[in-house]
Parts: sequence; structure tokens; C-alpha cells
Amino acid sequence: MDTRLDNKKKIALSAACLILFMVFVYFGDIMIRPGSSMKMLITVIEKGSIFALVAASMNLLNGFTGLFSLGQAGFMLIGAYTYAIFTIPADSHDKVYQYFNGGIIKWSIVEILESKLGLAGHYLGMLIPMLMAGLLVALIGFLIGIPVLRLKSDYLAIATLGFAEIIRAFFQWNTLGPLTNGSNVLRKYTTYKNAIFPVMIAGISIAIILLLINSTYGRAFRAIRDDEIAAEAMGINLFKHKEMSFVISSFFAGISGALLAMFQTTISATPFTTVMTYEILLIVVIGGIGSITGSVIGAFLFTAASEWWLRGLDAGKWMGISSSLMRPGFRKVVFAILIMLIVLFYSRGIMGDKEFSWDGFFAWCKSRPAAVKAWPEKRKASRAAKKEARAVKSAAKARAKQAKEEKEARKSSGEGLFTPLVLADHVVVFEKEGRNG
Amino acid sequence: MDTSGSRQASRTYYLRKNIIMGLLHTWLPYILAGIAVGGQYALIAIGYTMVYGILRLINFAHGDVFMWSGLIMVYLVTVLPLWLSVILVIAFAIVLGTTIERVAYRPLRTAPRMSIMISAIGVSYLLQNFALYITGGLTKTYPSISWLQKTVKIGSATTKMVTLITPVLTIVLVFILVMLIKHTKIGMAMRAVSRDFETSSLMGIDINRVITVTFIIGCALASIGSILYFSNYTGINPMSGAMPGLKAFVAAVFGGIGSVPGAVVGAFVIGICENLIKGAGWTTFSDAFTFVLLIIILMVKPTGLFGEKNLDKV
Repeated sequence: MDTRLDNKKKIALSAACLILFMVFVYFGDIMIRPGSSMKMLITVIEKGSIFALVAASMNLLNGFTGLFSLGQAGFMLIGAYTYAIFTIPADSHDKVYQYFNGGIIKWSIVEILESKLGLAGHYLGMLIPMLMAGLLVALIGFLIGIPVLRLKSDYLAIATLGFAEIIRAFFQWNTLGPLTNGSNVLRKYTTYKNAIFPVMIAGISIAIILLLINSTYGRAFRAIRDDEIAAEAMGINLFKHKEMSFVISSFFAGISGALLAMFQTTISATPFTTVMTYEILLIVVIGGIGSITGSVIGAFLFTAASEWWLRGLDAGKWMGISSSLMRPGFRKVVFAILIMLIVLFYSRGIMGDKEFSWDGFFAWCKSRPAAVKAWPEKRKASRAAKKEARAVKSAAKARAKQAKEEKEARKSSGEGLFTPLVLADHVVVFEKEGRNG
Repeated sequence: MDTSGSRQASRTYYLRKNIIMGLLHTWLPYILAGIAVGGQYALIAIGYTMVYGILRLINFAHGDVFMWSGLIMVYLVTVLPLWLSVILVIAFAIVLGTTIERVAYRPLRTAPRMSIMISAIGVSYLLQNFALYITGGLTKTYPSISWLQKTVKIGSATTKMVTLITPVLTIVLVFILVMLIKHTKIGMAMRAVSRDFETSSLMGIDINRVITVTFIIGCALASIGSILYFSNYTGINPMSGAMPGLKAFVAAVFGGIGSVPGAVVGAFVIGICENLIKGAGWTTFSDAFTFVLLIIILMVKPTGLFGEKNLDKV
């Protein structure tokens, strides 16, 4: 019996799941009181969805276009600042820009639109700076891309990393203080009220990325990733497509930067270091390079583990175990070791390069009982294989040792010093094969 | 007529001399500091350039090995005499570097290049986090080595002994290293492996041994560099390896990756320029300059100053 669903049912099922999730997030954020562990879940969903977006944008570059770029933190920084600068309320400017005479921009887009359009204006006033953030980052990505995208793999990585650092230095520059507040924090800007906001923005953005990947452009990106020369021979304009992928990725990194600014409520350039880029890259790796679903799952797991599940490791008590080893910072060590294990032994990540599909999901669920039943057998087989491999290795070692001993013995007895070398074992006769032979 | 002309000439001569002396007077301290920092970057850059030459891998963890040897020095000096701790620090860096290679890079030798680079980033992340745990995120005071901290006077500038020692020591070490690469069997093996990985393994070169030796040399030099570098800066925290590491890598690229003398020249250029920029009052951009230089060199001459041309084969 074929249990595959038709497309209509699949869409309905996906929509139902998404709506349920949205409702849960919306009411969860309103009703759950702060301090409970369920509230932690909402926070994880908020932050996780922001990182899911930036991870997806990085995956578009690294996983789908094969461009190893490490500039994501810098792009997020520009996005965060652009959003914050344009939404600080007019009467807070003097407090925020206290060292720069209230800054040069004395108005906030949110306030202007709110006074004209009411509540709709409030949300529009949040969306427009966010879009501006994305577009500005896209423009900067475009400009950076022109020189940088001509470079090959590692050089590209280092050059983008370098640009991210330049951006960070630029935003901390005192001369730009009236705009960026120098090395002081920006605060008091408009933020969202409910966790549904970042979830929805991130969801829509990721959906757009998915649509892009499944379009002709997406196929061109993948062709470039798999073989640049072959792709060029097929008529794909390498530079144009690389630039396109880079600009789109920068745009969404900018949007996620704006969301991060809202999530954190204060923003400064200091935390947007290479470490942040590394973390985003590790999310992509955990989820699977070349899988957007994987990036989303990876982002939620990463945030949940670092913000929630492993918190106890810092506090000294975790899952009933308490130890003097557990003091602040221990969580990150355990976490880094876990990531190293994934990178070394499970390098395909959670999803590999596959995307989520309902067919795949049901098939997976169905195969579970059989898989669980087959597990002991499988384990036994793998153990036996390992044992055999070990036996072969030790036998080879023993043989090598024996040969060495024989050689030594021959040498010490003087025998074999003048005997001709026997090559017969090593001579392989190559017979001519082919039509002419 | 004639005498006034010569008087004019001598006046301009003295004026020029004064201007030059004045400039030297203002800039000499920065140039000296730049040479010192350049030498320290050079010692780190050699590790990058040699590893890249052989494995085609940016060893992102190298900067953290550098930072860790600084940290270990802080802890060792409290219990052991100075000379012993210096030796132990170098030994520690070697052990750490080779362990990283054995555990994180060797199993991925046949994997795609991207995954080995990700592994390097993972190791860097682990080392930084572990240092954060050990130090509790605090900046540790680097032990002052009185002999290196002695003040000396050069012309109009007063500076520390370490500023003078660094370039000399760097050049001596690099000279020894170049001799090693040129005239010993292992050096020849290194050159062969960096030219063609597979062919040299077919020729009976023990690749793993060559790689281990490369890491030993790189890490030993980085730990010597860390002693000199942190003597100048006194403070050390888990993040203090990242920036020098990146700069040293840029130096390696600037000089042509895979070339030891190139890395040294690149490091001195970066060190001096960085300090001149600081002297001009643009301290915020002294780090950014390095990356501007990187991007310019990659645009103009991607193989670096002394690099060999590499053609892509289909």
C-alpha cells in the first residue's frame, strides 16, 4: 500500500503544523510567567529563529554555492546598527548619544509613522528600518563581492573574515560617533513585544531562501559548487551567480542582525567577532552543509544547548551531578568538545544534504520499529567487522616484525650480504590489453 | 653671488637634515616597536606558512596555540624557575600542536578541504573556550622577565630590551630554519611534500612524519614568539591569540604562502605599518589595515611576493 500523501494534503499538514507552532509561540510568550523553564523555551525559540535565519543565509553561500565565506558576523553588525540607529525615539537621543550631543539623526522612523498611521504605522516603522538594514548590507555585500569573489576557497574565507573585522573597527570609530555612538552601546530603540515577530520574519525569509534554492538560480548555484569549470562550460556566468548568492546571503544576514538587535535590546560592536561567525558556521555544520532544514534544526539545538540544557554545567549542578569542575565556562568547554566530536565523527551533520519532506518523515517513522529491532544485529556486525580489522592489522604487524627479525638474523649471521636481490615477488608483468594487442 | 648661492644650498641642506631628524625623532619609537612586533608576527607566521605549504590548510588553531603557550607561561612561572618554564612552555606548545594534528587533522586527511578547515575552526573554538574556563575570563598578568624588560636608549628613543632582541632572534631562527629546509633530509622531504603530496608519498617519503615535524617547528617558533610578544604587552586573555594569529596569516599570504622568507618579510611590513598607523593617531584602524593589505595583495598578486604560480588543472 502506498502511503504517500498528495500535494494538497502535504501543504495542509505543513500549514497546520506552522499555525499550531505560531499559536504556541504567541500565547506562550503572553501567558507564561518569566522565570519558569517554559519561558526558557520561548527565549530559545526567539533566539534560535534569528540564528536559523543567519545560518540559512550562510548555508546558501557555503553549502549551496560552495563559497567559503566567513563574513557573516560583520554583516549582522551592519544590520543591527542600521536598525537601531533609525528607531531610537527622539527624546531618548540625548541619553543614548550622551557623548555626541544627541547624535545627528534626531528622529525615529517608528515614531514618525506611528503618529500618522497608528498601530499599523508602528509595525511598518519596524519593518522599514529592517528592510533598510537588509538592503544596506546587500549593497555593502555587493561592493565587497566585486573584489573578493574572484578569490579561491581559503583566500575567500580570510578576505571575508578581514572585511568583517574592518567593519567592526569602522563602527567603533570615534569620528562616526554621532551616527554609531562610537564604542558605546546603542539602546532604547524600538523592539518587538512578542516572540512571534522574529519567528515570523525569520520564517518568511527562510521560505524565500528555500524558494530561491529550488529555482533555476539555485540549480546554477549548486552547479557552481559541484564543479566551477563544468558550470562555466554549461553557460553559467560564474561571477554573476556568485555575486547574486553573496548579495542575497548578505541581505538576510542584515535582516537577522536587525532581529538580533531587537532581541538583545542593546547593541555594541564588541560581540560581533570572528567567534560569532565560527558559531554560525558550526550551526551550519551541525545541521548539515547543504540543508536548510538542517540549519534550522541546528540553530535551535545550538541555542537550546548553549542557553538552556547545558546551563547547569556553569552553575555547578547538572542533571543531578554536581562537581567542583563545574564553574562558569565549563558549559562552553563541554559544548566545544561535543561540536568537535560532531565535526570529526559525524561530519555530514543531522540532515546531510537532504531537506525535510513529509514522505521522508513518514518513511523514517515507519522504519523505526524495524530499525530498533535490527539495531542489536547491526551493532554485532559492526563489532565483528571492527574485530576482524583489528585482527588483520595485528597479523600484518606480526608479519612485519617477523620479517624484520629474519632480516636481522640474516644480517648478523653474514648470510644474504652477497646474495643477489630477489625481485620475483615484486615484479608485475603488465600485459598489453586493447584492440591492437 | 656665488657665496650666497652656496649659503642657500647649505641652508636647505641643514633644513632638510633637520626635517629628517625631526621626523626620525617622532617616528623612531613607532618604527622600533613595529620592527619588534613584526618579528613576533614572523615567528607565528612561519607556522602558518609551513602548514599551509604542506597541507593546504589554514591552521586556525595556530593563534590559539600561541595564546595557550602564553597562558602556560603565566602558570609555570609561579612554581618553577624562569629558564625551566621557558623550556617547558616550548615543549608544551609542541605537544599541543602535534596532538591537534593527530586528533583533529589526520583523520580528515582524505576528506574534502572544507571539512578539515571546519575542524580547524572547531579546534580554535575549543581552545578559546577552554582558556576562558581556566582563566575565568580574566586578563592574566604576564610574568615580567627583567632581562627583557630592561630599558635601552637608541638615538632619541628609549625602548625595552625585547624590542632589540626580537628582530635579531627572529632572523637567527629563520636562518637556521632555512638552512634546515635547504640542506637536511627532512627539509628536502618537506619541500617535496609541499610540491606534490601524492607523488612524494609514492616516492617513499613518510608524509605523517613530515607533517609532524612541520607542526613541531611551527609551534616551537610560535611559543618563542609568545614569550617575546607578551613580554611587550603584559596582559593575556583567551582572545589575545586571535588577532596576532590572523595578522600572522596575512603576513604569510603577503609574502607568498609556503615561503618562509616571504612570511618574515610580510610580518615585518605589517608590524611596521601597523605601528606607523598607530603613531598617526588612527589606532582604531591599525587592525583593519592588515586586512586592507591582504585584500590589496590578493587582488594585485594573489601568489604573494615570493609565491610560486599555481595553475588550476581541470
